[in-house]
Amino acid sequence: MASCHHCDEFSRISFLRRGAAEAGRGLPAIEPGMPQPAGTGLDRRSFVAGAFGLALSVYGLGKLGLFEEGIAQAASGPAQPVLVSVFLPGGADSLSMLYPALDPTYHKLRPTLALPESAGPAFSEDSRLHWHPSLQPLATLHAEGKVSVLPAVGYTHPDQSHFTSRHFWEVGATNARLASGWMGRYLDHHGVKDNPLQGLSLDYQLQPSLASLKVPVASLAAPDEYTFGAPGVWGEVEHRMLQTLAPLGAHRPDPFLNQAAKTTAQSDRLRRQLAPFAADSDHGYGSPVAYPEVNDSFPRQLSGLAAMLAAKLPLRCVAITAPGEYDTHSDQPQALADGLDVTARSLLAFQRDLEARGLADRVLTLVWSEFGRRGEENGSGTDHGAAGTAFLIGKRARGKMVGEFPGLTSGLDNDGNLRPTSDFRGVYCSLLEQWLGADASAVIPGARSFSRPKLVS
Amino acid sequence: MPPVYRGTFGKPQAERLLWRAGFGPRPGEAERLARLGLDGAVRSLTRPGRERLKGPRPHDDRGHALAPLDKWGHDQLWWLDRMVRTTRPLHERMTLVWHDWFATSRDGVGPARLMLNQNRLFRRQGLGSFHTLLKNVTRDPAMLLWLSGVDNEKGSPNENYARELMELFTLGANRGAYTERDVREQARALTGWRYSWNDDLGPVRFRYDKRRHDTGMKRVFGHRGRFDWEDSVRLCVHHRLHPSFFVGKLWSYFIPVAPKPATKRALQQLYVRSGYQIRPVVEAILRHPTLYNGPRMVKSPVLYTAGLLRGLGRGIDTDAWTWLGSLAGQQLFYPPNVAGWDDSRWLDTATFRARWEIAGYAIRPRVLKDDAKHVPAHADKLVARALALLGDPTLTAQTEKALMRFAKRSLADADAGWKKRQYPPLIENALRQLLASAPDLQTC
Repeated sequence: MASCHHCDEFSRISFLRRGAAEAGRGLPAIEPGMPQPAGTGLDRRSFVAGAFGLALSVYGLGKLGLFEEGIAQAASGPAQPVLVSVFLPGGADSLSMLYPALDPTYHKLRPTLALPESAGPAFSEDSRLHWHPSLQPLATLHAEGKVSVLPAVGYTHPDQSHFTSRHFWEVGATNARLASGWMGRYLDHHGVKDNPLQGLSLDYQLQPSLASLKVPVASLAAPDEYTFGAPGVWGEVEHRMLQTLAPLGAHRPDPFLNQAAKTTAQSDRLRRQLAPFAADSDHGYGSPVAYPEVNDSFPRQLSGLAAMLAAKLPLRCVAITAPGEYDTHSDQPQALADGLDVTARSLLAFQRDLEARGLADRVLTLVWSEFGRRGEENGSGTDHGAAGTAFLIGKRARGKMVGEFPGLTSGLDNDGNLRPTSDFRGVYCSLLEQWLGADASAVIPGARSFSRPKLVS
Repeated sequence: MPPVYRGTFGKPQAERLLWRAGFGPRPGEAERLARLGLDGAVRSLTRPGRERLKGPRPHDDRGHALAPLDKWGHDQLWWLDRMVRTTRPLHERMTLVWHDWFATSRDGVGPARLMLNQNRLFRRQGLGSFHTLLKNVTRDPAMLLWLSGVDNEKGSPNENYARELMELFTLGANRGAYTERDVREQARALTGWRYSWNDDLGPVRFRYDKRRHDTGMKRVFGHRGRFDWEDSVRLCVHHRLHPSFFVGKLWSYFIPVAPKPATKRALQQLYVRSGYQIRPVVEAILRHPTLYNGPRMVKSPVLYTAGLLRGLGRGIDTDAWTWLGSLAGQQLFYPPNVAGWDDSRWLDTATFRARWEIAGYAIRPRVLKDDAKHVPAHADKLVARALALLGDPTLTAQTEKALMRFAKRSLADADAGWKKRQYPPLIENALRQLLASAPDLQTC
């Protein structure tokens, strides 16, 4: 077998994303070729909802009711801390994200891939290391004390399967059979029964780290895409159609019919919560800062996320996949630089957006990958490794390195992979206790055995 | 013998049977089945005539014939087409059951050719002997790749298949059926499979190579012998805890609540006495009172989609079903892992929206333009027409009431001449969408 027979997954996921993007557009309210109905109240109305700083466009008067309802539902309750998880899919190369520029072993292991000292900015906390040039935006935030770097995070007995290692990170344990995600379990303990937005997967499918057992969570690719159109239905009739979701979602005596009804009602509630965004689909989200304009949904999703938080939607845990493909078995330099570039620029814009909207105290963002890559290159790329790099970003992040860079002499294991100097489960325990104010032992199996780095200031 | 349903066998019961044992009724099919009575209806499913594929031939968005071996996604469309057009729905449904039971993902296999070969195996032997089926699955090339059977050789045994063979396929975890030592010894018994690599075709020539087989003594479930892969399979099927596992798991594909102990015992007896045959157990489950009196089941996305198309009399004419299926959480040939799909998690806010999209895509070719003629401006007639389009499914009173109320209120909204002309077709379109995505049609 080839060394990575699951790697096809990544091309497949890109295909799905393309397909899903088509779905995300939703069904047009008006079929092509159908005349624009006159006088049906479908004129576009754009205005600014001052209280929330959102530029809004609303179709028809009927929708105004929904808009108000959505905001009203959302705005209740005190502001709570929010944790955003950003996943770099495929195993991002730690030895490139922060590279030991002058280490002769680095140049011996990476004769073609090694980056020159001058390529990226120096890392102020460890004179051996430099930031990957594409990570300049994170270096900027780091200089402001808003990034904690975890240069070698992982777990003992590393698993080099994408699926397995990613699963471990998602469930918060090195247990292949655990079916709920670590953030999902947090919500099971601290969430509520009627707010799917508390665990938000910014994706076409539920991010497994949010999989809960008791409380509802939501997934949507972007807040403006959670719409329910129907072919050949518009205007007042469409409005009435959507109002019918509520009676269809009312309680049923049969348990499984009721499950379907409950999902209908939850989806309807989410639709109402997001109605202001759905009406805004052609515009930005009223972002006070510029996000990278690229052919990827990530910056737009982050700006949508900032807008949702600004609109006081009741979000607690959010999960999203970063752009780029990090499974760089070949052609690593370009692929890695491109992916990190869009990711880091978008994260910087997101941070600036939160700061401009006065939300920076409420949000921490954890950036992680399922593993790092092999110390030794394979020619034009690198194979699966062990410890990876993670970042914790936010105004409340302590801004101090967690664990040290283990070096390439004693820092590589028998397979030639980086040894971990921090454990992801300890990181989760710290986030639960120091940021979300939860009891980690109820969420992370064996929580007691992990030391908690200080992550929050 | 397990108990048999003795109540009325009318259209609603026949409808439920067609959903549980197939992919839902075509228009008029439930009424026809009801006339056969329970026994005749079940027999017509478990012992059907020769297979025919009825309805329009499948094609992709560009009008090209499907190329399941070559084009991405066409394998899924090819199978969905069979579900929609087959005259042997239970055989197709069992193929899906085995795809979930022996869940193999193309992610770990590669060529569609190997997946389709496995699919044919499930279809051919899906109602025969479980022992034979399991033997053929054990040496099936897709499975040998998926669960590392070809990496399992003398001297360095790979336990992947051995473990799942017992945990997921025949015995179940945490029932005291086997130990970690049994896993290791079974892995040794299963050694010997290999294949060759062809630069054009990928993996080819799957074969048993005695030189890679560990011929030494093994101890499995307390038995000693120089076991090989056929012994390994036999030991599992003849294990005292296999019939209860088999019956419980098979039952769960048809009925969402566990069988009573007496029923379970009777089904186990039936299974063992028949010589591990699948068909008699399926027949008994399909005749069981709980299937008709018990709660409804949530349809899987594939069942939901295929059923909508059968009800509409529409064939496969778009690629959209591939990405819609994955949005809804079920992509054929890509189960999430070896344990198959988790059917307790079909419905969430994202997959509900995906199902809404599926409903919209399904009815889209039949959409009425707002200048459509002869659309009645009567709520009951509009509801009846929407029902008829979707094959006349039986509705709960609650859903029917919600639809009627929607139609009445929308008709009352028409306060201008142009609205009175345009609203009836709009309401009709909306009724179809609501009906197709109502809880009644998400469950069966």
